[in-house]
This record gives sequence, C-alpha cells and structure tokens, in this order.
Amino acid sequence: MDADTKKVVFDPLVDNNPITLQILGICSALAVTTTLAASLLMCVALTTVVAFSNASISMIRNHVPSSIRIIVQMTIIASLVIVVDQLLKAFAYDIAKTLSVFVGLIITNCIVLGRAEAFAMKNPPGISFLDGLGNGLGYSIVLIVVGATRELFGSGSLLGYTILPSVTEGGWYYTNGMMLLPPSAFFIIGLMIWGIRSWKPAQVEKPDYQISAAHNTESA
Amino acid sequence: MIVERLKGLLGQPNDSTEKTLAVTVILCLACSIIVSAAAVLLRPVQAVNAELDRKRNIVTVAGLLDEGGDVEAAFANVERRMVDLETGEFTDEFMDTGYDQYVAARDPALSMAIPADEDIAGIGRRARYAEVYLVGDANEFDQIILPIHGLGLWSTLYGFVSLESDLTTIAGLKFYDHAETPGLGGEVDNPAWQAKWPGKLAYDESGEVKIEVVKGVVDNNASDAAYAVDGLAGATLTSRGVSQLLRYWLDEQGFGAFLSKLRQQET
Repeated sequence: MDADTKKVVFDPLVDNNPITLQILGICSALAVTTTLAASLLMCVALTTVVAFSNASISMIRNHVPSSIRIIVQMTIIASLVIVVDQLLKAFAYDIAKTLSVFVGLIITNCIVLGRAEAFAMKNPPGISFLDGLGNGLGYSIVLIVVGATRELFGSGSLLGYTILPSVTEGGWYYTNGMMLLPPSAFFIIGLMIWGIRSWKPAQVEKPDYQISAAHNTESA
Repeated sequence: MIVERLKGLLGQPNDSTEKTLAVTVILCLACSIIVSAAAVLLRPVQAVNAELDRKRNIVTVAGLLDEGGDVEAAFANVERRMVDLETGEFTDEFMDTGYDQYVAARDPALSMAIPADEDIAGIGRRARYAEVYLVGDANEFDQIILPIHGLGLWSTLYGFVSLESDLTTIAGLKFYDHAETPGLGGEVDNPAWQAKWPGKLAYDESGEVKIEVVKGVVDNNASDAAYAVDGLAGATLTSRGVSQLLRYWLDEQGFGAFLSKLRQQET
C-alpha cells in the first residue's frame, strides 16, 4: 500500500472520522446502539453499502449527467440498501428484526451520499471502494464503542454474556436505565468528541463568530 | 444495431437531453433487475426464518424448548388448529398456513370492529378466525396456546399465553414483539418476570377472568394471590396493558366462548 492509499483508508478512522469530526450519521448511531450485537450488524451493513456504492458510482462517474447526479447516486445507494436488507433478513434474521427500519434508513445516511458526492464522483473505482471502506470503518469504531458502553452499563452484559450481574437477576449491579435510552448515545459521542479533540487539537474548529469584548463608551 | 445506437447515445455530451434520458432508463433497469433478483432468490430462505421464529415463540411459551434445543423437534407434537371466535368452535377454514390473523384483522370481510367500550385491549379490530396450538395429543392435549395482543404504553404487544389442560391454569406467557421502554416496560421480556406466570389461575370459580398484573409485589398470603402477578417496576402502563389484553382475550369477546365450550366437552 502506498502512502496515498493508506491515507484514504486510515484517515477516516480518527483524523477525519465521519461521526466525531464531520458529525454525520448521528441518527443511526443513537438508534441502534442499545446492544453491541445490533451495533456490529449495523456497522457491517453500512460499511458494505458505502464501499460498494462508492465503487459503482465511481465506475459510471464519467457518464452521469450533472443535472441528475444526486438522483443517480440515490438510486444506486437505495438498490444496494435493499439488497443488504434482504440478505440480513435471510441470514441474520434475529438481529435484523431488532434493527428493523434502521437498515432501510441507511439510504438517508449522510455518510453514504457524502462520500459518493465528495469522493466517488472524482476518483477511480478502486480507490473509491477503499475510501468507502475507510469511512465505514470510522463509523464502525464509534458505533462499537457506543454500543459496548451502552450494553455494559445499561444491561450489565456484552454481546448477551453477563459481565456485571444485575440486581434483577440476583447480582449486585444496578443497571443504568438511561444508557438504554437514545440520549445516552449523545452523551457518549459528545465525550468521545471531547476526548479526541483534546488528544488532537488540530480538529478543534475555529469559532464561527467571535463575540467582541463589550466596549464601554462611557468613560468612568 | 441496438448496441450501436446505445454507443451513439452514450457518446453524446453528458448534459444532452437524450443522454440524460438514456442514463436514467439504463440505470433504473439495472437497479430493478438487481433488487428483484435479490428479493426473489432470497424469499425461500426468509420464509424459513420467519416460520422458524414463529415456531420458536410457540414452543418457548409452552416450555417445550430446552436451552439450545431443536425447535423443529420441539414443535413436532404441537398441532395448529383454527378457531371461529364468533361460534367458539374449531373450524376448518384457513387450515393452510398462509393465514395471518393480524393481516386478516385489517380485512373487513374477515374481521369485526370492536365497540369502543369493549375495546379494553386497544386493538380496534379483531379477526374472526384465530389460530390456536394444541400441545400433545389432539383429543387429550396437555396445553393450549392462544395468540394475544394489545396496547401497552407505546406499542402493541404481540404474544402467546398457554393454558394447562384444565383451561384455567396458566402454563406460560411470552411476548415476541413490542416496542416498550427498554429497561422498564421492556422487562416483559425478562425471563425472571415470565417465570412468575406458570401456575397462576386465569379464571375464578365462577368462570370470570380474574388474572391481573398488580402494582408492586404480590402478597403470597392474600386469598387472591393465585390470580395476581407482580407488576413491572416503573412500568405501570405496560403492566396495565398486559392485564387488559389478557382480560380481553380470555373473556367472552376473545377466546372465552371457545374455552367454555371446550371445558363443557371435557366434563
């Protein structure tokens, strides 16, 4: 792998993470992360869709009329999402049931359309595929951290195996009910963003608007 | 010739009207072929999954499934029958397995609207024919499994209740689909709570539905402890929903008529 390829695949993991830096794809990150198993399946589904949509859009990029390019991208993404959804229903039925509508909602995930428009329309298929893979993995890292935290503290288990025996099942751990509700994902992602930006201050955005110091015309 | 024509079209500048139309048509065709191929090729596998899931729910509520046991083997001594809820008798209508009671409930020809004052389960309409499952020998069954559903707090809970052969003692209760608050109403899925149901009595001596999810913990010394199940902490409305839907389905409007006829036949 040469330096450019490496950059395309590994940059989105931390330095240019779609969730923590670009703040995209938050909706599904809140909705499906109550258990680690569901998060993992969502990661696989999204990574597959974004990698293949990037590759196929890149293949036809020289023939796409600019007036209908967004709808062409959406058609390809929607078809891929339906195929992935059908595959999950056939081979991972139980978890697909818990994900329900959220697999379908990958169509509207900003990361997928964002990468299609920003990268795949301008680059050849191979590198576009890798860019999709990298961004899918960046999304996956965040989802796995959030999913693991929420399942561990919300239900006292990981992937269904009990780690902290809860009081309702005769153990000692009082489960944190808030962890099972969507707002907790906001808090966890917020803390992650804080942590990453303290570690890499280059990610801190400049304030859009500087509040000017009050200037006092009346001299005392 | 068609290929030549296509090449000509695709050779045009990207923003010409013909090329835009050509790209649209080709793209839509290609995508629809992929999507329909996936749907058609995978349908048999999906149908097997859905069927297996339904069977698993049924054998779980009857307590026939051991941890990691084989669903098909456990389902072998379960028999599916159809019941006409109007007459309260077994019927041969819709014996093919394609029938779905919850789809039929939306079909005016196969269902009835429930009067608002009787609709304690909050379901609006009810199908005329319902599936029941007999465990064991058809004439001398060990358990009878009835489908039940009703409104909780946020969602409709779908599940099964299983009665012992005396048609009064509850053998199990399980919901397989709902969207109640995780950790509160969602605790209807907790095996510890489900384990409180077997042995409870659904009807009192006079035949009235008496089973109820109470607030807090059941006092085991009270005279009606056998008719009461602990409520779910922090989930008053879900607990009430479970009580109401059980009352609806076990009473006259639901399976009540069918069960009392069945009881008479036995004696």
